[in-house]
Amino acid sequence: MKNYLRTSFPSVTRNEALARGVAAQFCMLLDPTVEELSDVRTAVSEAVTNAIIHGYGSPDGTVVLELESEDGLLTVIVSDEGRGIEDVELAMRPFYTGAPDKERAGMGFAVMQAFMDSVAVESEPGKGTRVTMRKRFGTDE
Amino acid sequence: MQLKYGKQGGVLRVALSGELDQHAAAPLREKLDALIAEGADRIEFDMGGVNFMDSAGVGVILGRYRNIRRRGGSFCVSGAKGSVDKVLRMSGVYSLCTERGGK
Repeated sequence: MKNYLRTSFPSVTRNEALARGVAAQFCMLLDPTVEELSDVRTAVSEAVTNAIIHGYGSPDGTVVLELESEDGLLTVIVSDEGRGIEDVELAMRPFYTGAPDKERAGMGFAVMQAFMDSVAVESEPGKGTRVTMRKRFGTDE
Repeated sequence: MQLKYGKQGGVLRVALSGELDQHAAAPLREKLDALIAEGADRIEFDMGGVNFMDSAGVGVILGRYRNIRRRGGSFCVSGAKGSVDKVLRMSGVYSLCTERGGK
């Protein structure tokens, strides 16, 4: 069965819990293991936090969360129309942070990559960022 | 995010529970830095009650590590389960843990 959900919310950190809750609820239909569910919650939280903190850095933006599933394959897209990323490769490097003053660990993309099967980032400075993550469910033994 | 703490002979023991994300990070950071400033040369985190943590939590933990190190102190993190443990492990947090006295 194919399913999808598209939602958007203001770029405030309070909505991180809301976003990962929505993603987790969507995944329930894929009959996930506890581990698969927490993997998705963590990855979604990272992508949404990046959009809020780095993409916008103010509460005036809108973060879009799109979820799709088909035959056990989950696709999550988190997008913003914020500042964008100049150098995606650098931003994805473990321990690199674009906001050292905010005491960020620089592990966001590394966590997304560890918890999902694939992570793709498209970004244009001044236009925004779009993170597409995929995970196949039911592969845990 | 809830925090329980106890202090004994310069050792600050902090038991965290709930969800540790960017939203929870700033108030937690302030609270912990205030507790360290009152006088501590070691901070021990018990993560047993944390049911969600992303890299924002790692930022808070590493920041307190740097804070206590500046004071010549030591640090330890234990009790994490599941994905919380996975995030801490991949961030190298456990390698910073020492016994009291910096061993």
